[in-house]
Amino acid sequence: MSENVLTIRDLSIDYQTDRGVLKAMRHVNLDIPRGSIVGVVGESGCGKSTLISSIIRLLAPNANVPNGSIEFEDQDLLKLSQDQMRAIRGTKLSIIFQDPMSTLNPVLSIGRQMIDIQYRDKKTTSQKKQRSIDMLAKVGIPDPESRLNQFPHEFSGGMQQRISIAMALQAEPALLIADEPTTALDATLEVQIIHLLKELQTTMDCSILFISHHLGVIAELCQHVIVMYAGEVVEQGSTREIFNHPTHPYTAKLLECDPASISEKSRSLPTIPGEIPDLVDLPVGCVFKNRCDRSVEACDTVTPGWTEFGEHHFVSCHLVKS
Amino acid sequence: MSTVLAVKDLRVRFRIASPLQATLNQIEDPFIDAVRQVSFDIQHGETFTLVGESGSGKSTLALAVAGLLDTAEGKIEFLGEDVTNMTPQEMMAYRKQISFMWQNPVGSLSPRLSIGSLITEAYKIHGLKDRDLKAEAHRLLKLVGLPTHFTGRYPHQLSGGQARRVGVARALALDPKLIIADEPTAGLDVSVQGEILNLLNRLQDELGVSMFVITHNLNIVRHISNRTAIMYLGRFAEQGPTDDIFANPRHPYTLALLSANPEPDPESSIEDRIELKGEVPSLMNRPIGCEFHTRCPFIGKHCDTDFPPVQKVGEAHSLTCHYPRQP
Amino acid sequence: MKDLIKRIASDPLGLLGLCLVSLMVVSALGAALFAPYDPIALNIMDRLQGPSSSHLLGTDQLGRDLFSRVLYGGQVALKVALVSIGAALTIGIMLGMIAGFGPAWLDNGIMLFFDTIRSFPTVMFALATVALVGPSLGTVIVVIVVTSIPTYGRVVRTQTLIIKSNEFIKAEMVMGASLPRILSIHVLPNVVGPLLILASMDIPTVIALEAGLSFLGMGVKPPTPSWGSILNDGYTLIRNTPWPIIAGSIPLILVTLGFTFLGESLRDQLDPKLRKSI
Repeated sequence: MSENVLTIRDLSIDYQTDRGVLKAMRHVNLDIPRGSIVGVVGESGCGKSTLISSIIRLLAPNANVPNGSIEFEDQDLLKLSQDQMRAIRGTKLSIIFQDPMSTLNPVLSIGRQMIDIQYRDKKTTSQKKQRSIDMLAKVGIPDPESRLNQFPHEFSGGMQQRISIAMALQAEPALLIADEPTTALDATLEVQIIHLLKELQTTMDCSILFISHHLGVIAELCQHVIVMYAGEVVEQGSTREIFNHPTHPYTAKLLECDPASISEKSRSLPTIPGEIPDLVDLPVGCVFKNRCDRSVEACDTVTPGWTEFGEHHFVSCHLVKS
Repeated sequence: MSTVLAVKDLRVRFRIASPLQATLNQIEDPFIDAVRQVSFDIQHGETFTLVGESGSGKSTLALAVAGLLDTAEGKIEFLGEDVTNMTPQEMMAYRKQISFMWQNPVGSLSPRLSIGSLITEAYKIHGLKDRDLKAEAHRLLKLVGLPTHFTGRYPHQLSGGQARRVGVARALALDPKLIIADEPTAGLDVSVQGEILNLLNRLQDELGVSMFVITHNLNIVRHISNRTAIMYLGRFAEQGPTDDIFANPRHPYTLALLSANPEPDPESSIEDRIELKGEVPSLMNRPIGCEFHTRCPFIGKHCDTDFPPVQKVGEAHSLTCHYPRQP
Repeated sequence: MKDLIKRIASDPLGLLGLCLVSLMVVSALGAALFAPYDPIALNIMDRLQGPSSSHLLGTDQLGRDLFSRVLYGGQVALKVALVSIGAALTIGIMLGMIAGFGPAWLDNGIMLFFDTIRSFPTVMFALATVALVGPSLGTVIVVIVVTSIPTYGRVVRTQTLIIKSNEFIKAEMVMGASLPRILSIHVLPNVVGPLLILASMDIPTVIALEAGLSFLGMGVKPPTPSWGSILNDGYTLIRNTPWPIIAGSIPLILVTLGFTFLGESLRDQLDPKLRKSI
């Protein structure tokens, strides 16, 4: 068994659009070591959604994969058929979303849903029911047995998210993908959910790929961080390294802009002026150059490669010498 | 300093059952109080921020101040004049002087109208046809830093940040005395949030407009707000000068909110956080005594029986708690 | 709008629909130009002839040129379609918007009104009206308008309810916009989309209804040509000559196909464009 539960190498995803080929992801490398929580940080257009869709192999019909591999449990997910993927989704690979109502069917009781998703198991209904009750208790739903017959709308947002987590972890997946699961929740609920995820991750020994634009949550929860910008990974490393020594200009600026990191009251907050480039009409050279205040000549013509900066700390920038 | 807005003991109720249903199900009081006993004021040129989580009633309060909801009890005074529950005609004068920035930047723009038409709607509504609308549209776009050719664009063609700016432009049309901003940074990337906040600050400095900002994002409050109120279950748990609230939070809920805010610092630990147990109680079953007692980590005697009085703990800093935390 | 027409024209069925509909409209409007004979001119000598160079579709039992009658019949069809659907749309939209936007009691009242109308089978309603008022083009139009209002009204009401909850409506209200302004500028343009499709699909139905009523003798009074009355005459003559029936059917088929293709193409063009994919 490799030491990573998920290894993505040189993954590129294109979308065919009316205007041309949209290069949503380019040469992405990503490692998720076994038993760890890896965070993906990025803003609109960075490729987070495409990344998730490609791992679970539910890309839009106009997408194609010109190069790359996604190694999961010694299999390249890109080479599997949809039938084979169906066997993996929901069992070894699970996902929770920002909006718990994306996961929960509003017209079925939660008990029914939690038992239904165990359809692959050769257990009796009462065994499946008990498993659901245990799982709901684990995620902190009070008095789960009596609540099995209730419908999603009868639960609050925070509870709904807990139920989604219960459903995702029921089959004890090797990898849980969490797509902005706390973004829609209030801060006090967010704390609860993060606490819960941390606990469950250790007790159930699964790895988590946590996508969020909330830097504070990433710093709390994740051991490794990947920073994405406009479809590329610009920096990755341990959380300590990334937050204490942000090396890529984008990462540095992003941390600067987060109002939570600004301790002095300011009437003029920092921003990153400009916008991400058009992914259909990509400029030559570094993708961040039009918004970077430290660009040099090479940035205009050559796409920077990977440089190893510290231990397991990689940056894609011309300014960085290894 | 003159008072632009004064709200006194405001109560906003929503009916949850028709009179027939109430009789049949023996519901004594088929209403819920989304806002209860809220009092505050906003001075000329200042920003008052309302912080609260979902279900706290903050959006309801904003809509009531804007005249879109009826007030069951209490008063709203604008520039000294009572504007509570006015008729639509009486409201028109009030509406000319306040404006609203909505949470959904694109969704709050009528999809079939061009940006130019949208930001000059207020002129048309109030019959100010003698103005050169095209010139006004250009003026407003310039104020918010958008190119003048945007007058020909449509809402679906704008990015979130651009749509927010259009919202600001629209809000400035008739030189309002008060702008109500509901979650001005919702949905914006961190690298762009600063743009809209800096814009609001700059406009306030230049035009002297007062702002009533509603947000759940504590991180931005310190940078834009003069005074802050923390809302829970329709009431103000604590209110006071922003610097004071952040430096000396006294109400347990304020403490919990501030501590729930993770910093982008890997050294800070989640173990230090005050974790509130349980969920926000339903508005149909308000807890007896202090309404926060069901989740309060510092609950003491009388908290579950007596409703706490409003206590002053500093210059213009007050809270409702039996046992304010020591700084 | 121009863009929409271009897109419809690029779809083969849409193009066919556009051509057929244009053909109908042009030939009906220009009937006076294109018709070789007076449609009600009797010429008993030439009765019941088959198609020939002088009578493209032959003649009917009174020697009237069928081709000319078909062209003028198009005018009746067009009039009925435009006037009745136009009136039904106007009233339906107004009632629908008021029902969707107004207080619950008004909504309930209007819906009760709609449901009452819909509970009558259309043809029975038509026959009853005709029995009361007498057959005429006007009667047909009134029947069609009354029975179509609930359909359009319902659709507009649903769309209005959806639009009502949008923030941009609240934004207009907070600026002080009056109800008529909100309805006409902010609600109406956003609710007419589905109606366009419905209405274009209804045109052939309405034309067929008129034809049916005329066929039953309950519609347009003779000697005014309408496709239905041509069919009615042809029905009794079917043993002698099939041509009147064919003459009456051809335009109905072409118009139905034309508007159906057009309507479907319109629907295809309006819907997916609203759904944006990457």
